[in-house]
Amino acid sequence: MPSINKSKVKTPMPAQDPKVRSRNFNEVALGYTEEDAVNEAARCLNCKNPTCMQGCPVQVQIPRFIKCIKEKDFESAISIIKETNSLPAICGRVCPQEDQCEQKCILTKKGDPVGIGRLERFAADWEREKGVKIPEKPNPIGKKVAIIGSGPAGLTCAGDLAKLGYDVTVFEAFHEAGGVLIYGIPEFRLPKEIVKQEVNFLKELGVKVETDMVMGKVLTVDDLFEKGYEAVFIGTGAGLPKFMGIPGENYLGVYSANEFLTRINLMKAYKFPETDTPVKVGKKVAVIGGGNVAMDSARSALRMGADEVYIIYRRSEAEMPARKEEFEHAKEEGIIFKFLTNPIRIIGDEKGWVKGVECIQMELGEPDASGRRRPVPIKGSEFTLDMDTVVIAIGTGPNPLLIQATQGLDLNKYGYIATDEDGRTSKEGVWAGGDIVTGSATVILAMGAGKKAAQSIDNYLKNK
Amino acid sequence: MFKILSREDLAPSIKQFIVDAPLIAQKAKPGQFVILRIKEGGERIPLTIADYDAKAGTVRVVFQEVGKTTKELGTLKEGDFLADFVGPLGKAVEFPNHKRVLGIGGGLGVAPLYPKLKMLHEQGVEVISIIGAKTADMLIMEDEIKAVSDETYICTDDGSKGRHGFVTVVLKELLEKGEKFDEIIIIGPAILMKIGTEIIKPYNIPVMVSLNPIMVDGTGMCGCCRVTVGGETKFVCVDGPAFDGTQVDFDELMKRLQTYATEEKIALEKYEKERGGCRCHQ
Ligand SMILES: Cc1cc2nc3c(=O)[nH]c(=O)nc-3n(C[C@H](O)[C@H](O)[C@H](O)COP(=O)(O)OP(=O)(O)OC[C@H]3O[C@@H](n4cnc5c(N)ncnc54)[C@H](O)[C@@H]3O)c2cc1C
Ligand SMILES: Cc1cc2nc3c(=O)[nH]c(=O)nc-3n(C[C@H](O)[C@H](O)[C@H](O)COP(=O)(O)OP(=O)(O)OC[C@H]3O[C@@H](n4cnc5c(N)ncnc54)[C@H](O)[C@@H]3O)c2cc1C
Ligand code: SF4
Ligand code: SF4
Ligand code: FES
Ligand SMILES: [Mg+2]
Repeated sequence: MPSINKSKVKTPMPAQDPKVRSRNFNEVALGYTEEDAVNEAARCLNCKNPTCMQGCPVQVQIPRFIKCIKEKDFESAISIIKETNSLPAICGRVCPQEDQCEQKCILTKKGDPVGIGRLERFAADWEREKGVKIPEKPNPIGKKVAIIGSGPAGLTCAGDLAKLGYDVTVFEAFHEAGGVLIYGIPEFRLPKEIVKQEVNFLKELGVKVETDMVMGKVLTVDDLFEKGYEAVFIGTGAGLPKFMGIPGENYLGVYSANEFLTRINLMKAYKFPETDTPVKVGKKVAVIGGGNVAMDSARSALRMGADEVYIIYRRSEAEMPARKEEFEHAKEEGIIFKFLTNPIRIIGDEKGWVKGVECIQMELGEPDASGRRRPVPIKGSEFTLDMDTVVIAIGTGPNPLLIQATQGLDLNKYGYIATDEDGRTSKEGVWAGGDIVTGSATVILAMGAGKKAAQSIDNYLKNK
Repeated sequence: MFKILSREDLAPSIKQFIVDAPLIAQKAKPGQFVILRIKEGGERIPLTIADYDAKAGTVRVVFQEVGKTTKELGTLKEGDFLADFVGPLGKAVEFPNHKRVLGIGGGLGVAPLYPKLKMLHEQGVEVISIIGAKTADMLIMEDEIKAVSDETYICTDDGSKGRHGFVTVVLKELLEKGEKFDEIIIIGPAILMKIGTEIIKPYNIPVMVSLNPIMVDGTGMCGCCRVTVGGETKFVCVDGPAFDGTQVDFDELMKRLQTYATEEKIALEKYEKERGGCRCHQ
């Protein structure tokens, strides 16, 4: 067995050079080699009381799988991960590990935590390269369950129920399954091929995936019950774009982040005119917001050929909700950050095209309800930045179509679906989970919600 | 995959498909639309549901070849498949308690006008219609419009059929004669809907228009289709496509429709070059 690696720093992960990668859509982080992975795994102390696991919303058996990597038993490593996490290639890439598992790793007391996410990604990629084993189909129970929405919440719920033998159908509004994993998170952070493979895996398990189905319009939840589905899980996500309500937001060249990213990712506008959907990215681009969505929009704009890309955020760097790694990557690639800056007006030319953004300087005042210090405008500090594209990434609301078309579904005060701990809604036989319940959160939390709901649905249907 | 059950050429560059889409046909209502994609890599384009037959499980769409995607669509034949056909999207229209309605369709606008007039006619409402086109051979669905109207006026820009001039000429005459309507529906190019609305405004008759902004998802997720209505931003794909014409900022809509003019030209030129190239080798 390899000896313990006492290094205080994480084994670095090779990445594309910032100069090169900022002009292509290939994956930025290249992943560990076998040697890197074994080396990093040897940093784990295999704690008796693994605090890291408290940070993982789906309780991945972290020390167990890492031990297997250290022993080069990658096959066992991946099956241990998959006991609790059905989408490790995705989580290993996009989980905010620094706030989750890795934050709770004992090694953070003296240095870097174990690179848990990187190791998870390594194990999943190793399996994919080798060819994933086709799972044995379980004995059918003979009960039908419908899943609405194919984001991480829906896919996880579908997978867990299929493994138990339920007859599961996923209904997705778009022409491709995957939710934000497909239309939001860019190719350079999460290759779409990986998402496709995960969806194919579910199909091998017997899950039916029906795309082009805008539920609430083409079929309602009650129609599903009439068609013989005995339980329904709603995982429709938080995709309703918010605008700022400032003058000029409808000028040409002003996008919601959803539209900008959907055109580029789902519709593959980065290949236009090979593909048919265009996107218009000027030389100077302003992205408004400070979360992952803003980072992804800004980095996509750069890759579409913009000369200068700004991120305009009304609070300071410390309050920025984006993942640290993404912020670092964005900086390396040359994104310009304007902190404590708030847009107050978008300026257009006579043809209606955006040509600038008027902003006001902010300072931090008293803490607000979220505990973050509230930014307040500094009088007389207005200034204008010349811009020819503006992307608004200030958050989203609940996807409304299905909610509006479903009777008997209680909502919370923000308009999201109200559920109990297990994801049960106020409507008999209907569960919900993911962003449509919590508001925009994370992939792993959505998966956790899908998992809990699957267990609860199983209990319900067993006793029905 | 969605099968094209039949194809008919209604006019030069205007075509009609009957598409096999049972679930959509069962739920469709007048005023709604579909979004389709021809194939992998294609763009999503909205088309109005021009008619539907719940029993047969079919949806009819009528489209005009204006750019790359609609031209490519025009090459498909009976028996071919569309990769995606999504709907029914948008809000259905309703006309409670109407007794007399005027329906105006300009150019391709006749197709989205038809299901609304058909519904009104079936409800026993008196329907007057004005339909128009550039030339006589560009006029579509004349017999069908007549079948659901109590009276129909036809106009052509060049005078080759019916009245010489725009549909608005007849509209003005009817209003000046003092004819009364519970509502006027006007569908066609944005400029026609704008001018028509301006003509109707002084008469205080409700005006319904059907907007056609650029769309991507059609489910309220991207905000691409936003238009200012009554001073507020509305998403046409979920709040419309029908709106009170007097409240619509048509100038903004017309500008926004130009967003991709450069790219649309590139796409079309590339497509025609490739097709041309292919033909040479045939
Ligand atoms: C740009 C971006 C970057 C992000 N980066 C990260 C990250 O790095 N790490 C991280 O952990 N999280 C990230 N997130 C957040 C994360 O992606 C979401 O929290 C997660 O995807 C939520 O999953 P979900 O299953 O609830 O919904 P979604 O992924 O939103 O999926 C919902 C699905 O339901 C479909 N749907 C909606 N309405 C209907 C209907 N009526 N009928 C049928 N289908 C419908 C939608 O089309 C969609 O496919 C990011 C989000 C965005 C937008
Ligand atoms: C609700 C709605 C219903 C419609 N119903 C019909 C119909 O029944 N029959 C019909 O012929 N046309 C209809 N249209 C218009 C039709 O969608 C466009 O003509 C078509 O998308 C043009 O695509 P193209 O690639 O052939 O042309 P392009 O050269 O790409 O575009 C030509 C023009 O069409 C508009 N356009 C381009 N892309 C889109 C898009 N994604 N969505 C909407 N408009 C776009 C723009 O104004 C553009 O300048 C409808 C539009 C809407 C929004
Ligand atoms: S799923 Fe996410 S939080 Fe859990 S161990 Fe893996 S990377 Fe960490
Ligand atoms: S806390 Fe850190 S060192 Fe301990 S088991 Fe977890 S990953 Fe390994
Ligand atoms: S087309 Fe995307 S919101 Fe209307
Ligand atoms: Mg086009």
